[in-house]
Amino acid sequence: MLEQLLQFVVTGITVGSTYALVGLGFALIYNASQVVNFAQGEFVMLGAMVAVSIVGAGAPLPVAVLGGVAATTLVGIALEKLAIEPARGASVITTIIITIGASILLRGVALLIWGKDIYALPHFSGEEPIAIGSATVLPQSLWVMGVAAVLVLAVRLFFDRTMLGKAVLACACNRTAAQLVGINVQLMLTLSYALSAMLGAVAGVLVAPIAFTSWDAGVMLGLKGFSAAILGGMGNPMGAVAGGLLLGLIESLGAGLLSSGYKDALAFLIILIVLVVRPSGIFGRAAVERV
Amino acid sequence: MKRLAGFYLFAVLVALLPVAFPHNYFVTVVGVTIGINAILAVSLNLFMGYAGQISLGHAAFFGVGAYASGILTTRYGVDPWLAMLAGLAASGLVAALIARPILRLHGHYLAMATLGFGIIVNIVMVEAEGLTGGPDGMTGIPPLPLLGRSIDTDLEWYAVVAVVLLFTVWVSLNIFDSRAGRALRAVHGSEIAARTLGVDTAAAKSNVFVLSALIASFAGSLFAHQQSFISPGSFGFFFSIELVTMVVLGGLGSTFGAVFGAVVLSLLPEVLVVLEDYEVLVFGAVLMLIMIFLPQGLFVGTVRALRGIVARRAEAPVAGEG
Repeated sequence: MLEQLLQFVVTGITVGSTYALVGLGFALIYNASQVVNFAQGEFVMLGAMVAVSIVGAGAPLPVAVLGGVAATTLVGIALEKLAIEPARGASVITTIIITIGASILLRGVALLIWGKDIYALPHFSGEEPIAIGSATVLPQSLWVMGVAAVLVLAVRLFFDRTMLGKAVLACACNRTAAQLVGINVQLMLTLSYALSAMLGAVAGVLVAPIAFTSWDAGVMLGLKGFSAAILGGMGNPMGAVAGGLLLGLIESLGAGLLSSGYKDALAFLIILIVLVVRPSGIFGRAAVERV
Repeated sequence: MKRLAGFYLFAVLVALLPVAFPHNYFVTVVGVTIGINAILAVSLNLFMGYAGQISLGHAAFFGVGAYASGILTTRYGVDPWLAMLAGLAASGLVAALIARPILRLHGHYLAMATLGFGIIVNIVMVEAEGLTGGPDGMTGIPPLPLLGRSIDTDLEWYAVVAVVLLFTVWVSLNIFDSRAGRALRAVHGSEIAARTLGVDTAAAKSNVFVLSALIASFAGSLFAHQQSFISPGSFGFFFSIELVTMVVLGGLGSTFGAVFGAVVLSLLPEVLVVLEDYEVLVFGAVLMLIMIFLPQGLFVGTVRALRGIVARRAEAPVAGEG
């Protein structure tokens, strides 16, 4: 029983790490512009798909990984420039619908290019499971957890230690004030879309060897990332990471101990309960309503 | 009389369409789907357009109605009308139970909560195989009996759906101008201001949520009996999104806007069949373009523009004389 539990925890942390990266992407954009980007899951799918195609063309894996991430980052920038910027000042509902439209559009493009087949990337470093006590872990899972941890740390340092990161935060705090002190607000917004697309794509290429990918793989990942961000308290990047890990654990334990069919329902049920009990998320500050 | 002029015009149009085009596929077959979608869009608009809230889980109530009708009639031999009532009771109860806690949330949090609720209901439909038939759905749902016979031709269904749609539109238009409607619009404007004016905002929001759930459930029962087959795919996250899109496409807050949005989005797949693989892509692009360039909605935007032109025409001669 205890061994099984350990196995569920290992699986949970692997899955949770991807949710954390997707959630971090949500939080980044929300932090800079108060927009929830429903196309975040499609970034995950695109990153993996492009990488798969590059590998298929005969290029080595590292090139494919970089190519997938780079292409997706460009898509993120295009989304901000072509869809979000022209609709500046729109209501929350309108921006939600715009990003939902973008996610449907990206899915349509993926369907046209790659069809309905399911693809996988080769494992980064072998498929021999490593034993940890009685549980086993795939080397790819270690890649997922390791890279996620490094990226989370990097994002943290970026906001805490660099001028650029602080400038992005300033835009989130007060756009006008940021502009007055000479920050190029528009550039910071574009940067936040680029960064969150990059994070999504990295998550995509990391899990593609174990969880596979297809044209509609972004939907559930996007929803889970959104849940992670909400669970952590929207606008708190580290909260999103914690939320993602928690969600991964809940799912894995729920699937193992209760029922695999209801694992998604369980995850959303817990989010509902958290929202009802603590409307600002577990790690969010209680919102102060402005009149 | 003038207040409901639009409604009478709409009613005449709905009544005349099948008379003018009795064998037109788009009127008699697609018309029923459009009608059911329009009922759903109008009900969602009560919640989103009037009260300014967001729901990404409206399809759940549509599904509860459909499955209540499906399960009770096929598995327990309950009379279709009684099954429909049971569905209404279930939807109303669920909506009332979750309304207060969920509707305290705002913006993205409310979006997440309603989305989560919709997904949970959908997963139950897939997983509770013994009751719902699981992912394969359930077949053999009997037709709806009315006045001693069963409704089974396209034209009869058109008539039934049309009557329900007209009633829904009429209710929606009347709510807009009523005391309750003004309270909802006050909530939309500013919840805090509404509260200081003595509006019980929690009750206003939860009442309209329950009402929109009841209408959706009724539409779900109609859908189940009309299709005679239901599966979880019809009541999932995507359909909830499509419903939101219908409402926003027409123009939030406008009843006829919601109907218009339902017509356009229900026809789009029929027309886009020509484009086959491009369908999803075009759907997404249309959605984005409208929201970016016409955020008040296609219907409301066009009506406003036309009114502007008419007003300018009326002013023009005066300006010429002066």
